[in-house]
Amino acid sequence: METSAALLCQMNRSLLLKILSAVIVFGAWEIAGHIPVSYGFPTFLESMSALVSMITDGSIFTAYLDTLRPLVIGLVISAFIGIALGLWIGLSSWFDWLFSPIFIVMQAAPLAALIPLLVLVYGIGLTSKVFVVCIMAMPVIVLNTSGGVRNAPSNLKEMGYSFLGTDRDIILKVVIPSASPIIFSGLRLGTSAGFIGAILSELKITPTGIGDIITYSRSIADYESMYAAIFSIIALAVCFLNLLERIERTLFGGNVRGYASD
Amino acid sequence: MDTHQTSNEHGVAGTPAVSARNISKTYGEVEALRNLTLEFPHGQLTSLLGPSGCGKTTLLKIIAGLLEPTSGEVEVNGRPVTGPGPDRAFVFQDFALLPWANVLRNVGFGLELRGMAASEREAIAEKYIRNVGLAGFENSYPHELSGGMRQRVGLARALAVDSEVLLMDEPFSAVDEQTRRKFQEDLLSLVAQENKTFLFVTHSIEEAVYVSDQIAILLPRPSRVSEIIRPQGLRSKDVADIRRHPEYLDIVDQIWDSLRSYVE
Amino acid sequence: MKILGIRLPGMSSLILWGLLWEAVGQSGFTFFLPPLSEVLATLFAIIGTPAFQKALSETAQAFLAGVFSAVVIGIPVGILMGKNRWVDELLLPWVNIFLSAPLTALVPVLMVLFGFGMKSIIITTTLFAIWIIILNARAGVMQINRSLVEMALSFGASPWDAFVKIYFWAALPEILGGVRIGVIRAVKGVIIGQLLISIVGFGALFELYSANFLMSHFWAVLIVLFALAFTVSELLAGLERRVAYYAAKR
Repeated sequence: METSAALLCQMNRSLLLKILSAVIVFGAWEIAGHIPVSYGFPTFLESMSALVSMITDGSIFTAYLDTLRPLVIGLVISAFIGIALGLWIGLSSWFDWLFSPIFIVMQAAPLAALIPLLVLVYGIGLTSKVFVVCIMAMPVIVLNTSGGVRNAPSNLKEMGYSFLGTDRDIILKVVIPSASPIIFSGLRLGTSAGFIGAILSELKITPTGIGDIITYSRSIADYESMYAAIFSIIALAVCFLNLLERIERTLFGGNVRGYASD
Repeated sequence: MDTHQTSNEHGVAGTPAVSARNISKTYGEVEALRNLTLEFPHGQLTSLLGPSGCGKTTLLKIIAGLLEPTSGEVEVNGRPVTGPGPDRAFVFQDFALLPWANVLRNVGFGLELRGMAASEREAIAEKYIRNVGLAGFENSYPHELSGGMRQRVGLARALAVDSEVLLMDEPFSAVDEQTRRKFQEDLLSLVAQENKTFLFVTHSIEEAVYVSDQIAILLPRPSRVSEIIRPQGLRSKDVADIRRHPEYLDIVDQIWDSLRSYVE
Repeated sequence: MKILGIRLPGMSSLILWGLLWEAVGQSGFTFFLPPLSEVLATLFAIIGTPAFQKALSETAQAFLAGVFSAVVIGIPVGILMGKNRWVDELLLPWVNIFLSAPLTALVPVLMVLFGFGMKSIIITTTLFAIWIIILNARAGVMQINRSLVEMALSFGASPWDAFVKIYFWAALPEILGGVRIGVIRAVKGVIIGQLLISIVGFGALFELYSANFLMSHFWAVLIVLFALAFTVSELLAGLERRVAYYAAKR
């Protein structure tokens, strides 16, 4: 008892609880797999050993190469077009009127429903998958960028004008820097949506990469591999998004606090 | 210091550095200012004092060129105001510091917008950072500073562009009382040292009487200048003695008498 | 946006886009985009058909059931997390993981475990909606003004009183905000679920129309779907604004 209390003091409490929480969840998974709750529910350890064998024979890496290609291409396109459009919408009331409704509807609408149409138009290749990633990721990037630009603090803009800044100065030196934390979090949310789109397109359009492992192992009832593949893609997405969030915090942490005018 | 005593002995101000003539400002139906005329003597500090909603900040922003009056005109040194200009610098109530820029860049930001080269403006900024007592904080960011220090940055930024007129919009209202007193004393020596014209918006009667050469009392709905008070004997006193001076106490009482009926 | 001094309403540019759609459709530029007028005519023709009604009601059922369970489970869990540090620290990492995880990857698991039917779609919908509801309820409870709780306790409120009379109401604006975002996510979840388990609801309809190249049918269903999703999100946003007003006064 004493040693565990001492350990608790020594170790970071939140890290300990995170580990405890992971042990509980994975333990429950293991037990549920042993009961078993379902024919299609392997234990945690079985799934992990399937993951390890996929890693050792390298098949998971070739799969990720396929999966990440449309994701990366789509995200890069979405980031460039989305930020450019968002800046334009945020700065011009005419563009705001013209384009905002489209993206507001896109943000609320289940755009996944467009996939069958995209397949008809662009076939089952890379283009369709890139498109799916784009339509999922772009609305939030556009809306965050335009919102950040539109809501740039008016007191700072006023300050810029009173010190004789030109419109160009104000946009480059006040509006865009003050919007950049929101733009960045738009990119992070867009990436999250892009992951959803990339996997959706692999499951719906044609099974390639990770989607192929999932679909194929399900069809031959190799559920360990299926769970391993799903586990790995979720872990990858979560780790990557956490990394983005951490970058966001180091880049803009002080920035957000700085707005307090107390 | 000498110039001030002379102008005080004369009892009237020198030439007006800023004059606002027949200023009206309406926002849709709401009349913020009606036909307001006021002159701000050169080299002196004029306070705009009044209850909240009396349009004192509106007037200051019109003089700054940030707002356009519905009618009337503002002249600075005889030249009509059409927008912000190099002859005026603004000190903001909420400091308006760039949160992503350090103190050095914030102080030099006015010069940066005027297109001054980096090395030159940094030298100037460093000088004014020292002047306001922030030496050593050049590379700090606004969120690392206290409220009082932030406003020193805002003040240094306004001083750095070396304008003839300093427009201060309730600059000390967001800092604590002790800091505020120190600021007021510093402001008095600033007025004495620099040959600048100060326009100072405040809602504190004591503050206005303490720091001003001339106090314009604004009354609301619609705003107009109800009274102009010029303290006579306070400038020659030591900063520590002003608050005990009978004239200080009398003016504070007099202003409160005229304002009390406008306080809900 | 103003033209000739007249203020144009917010979403009015959609009319312009509609006209553009009509023009492109009429020009015969692409087979995949029939004129808007044709799509609307199809819309009115199919809206009463049994196939459409069935898809709509299946989708609505799955959606409502999914949202209901997300709300009923999510809000209490979130409040509990906001009040109890141990629960919070144990659950928060998982809530954050699932909030940003690509949940589409889980649909195949649900298909294996719960079959190719409504149950899987309902669970997909719940999984899409629940995490943000939990997180917002938690944030709502955590931001409650301490002095409000202390006031209630100093006037002799029992913990249960404090919970029912203070915590829930003080956190209500955040809770509703979470429900609104959760519902928008649920709409996406229900469609994604139906697309992947494509034998029910609109998923089946989309398969049918795209397999037979019935373009105006396809677009008609899309319009209905988008309009419904948008209406739901606007309704909830309106509700949230009303509470946000009360929230500012709390």
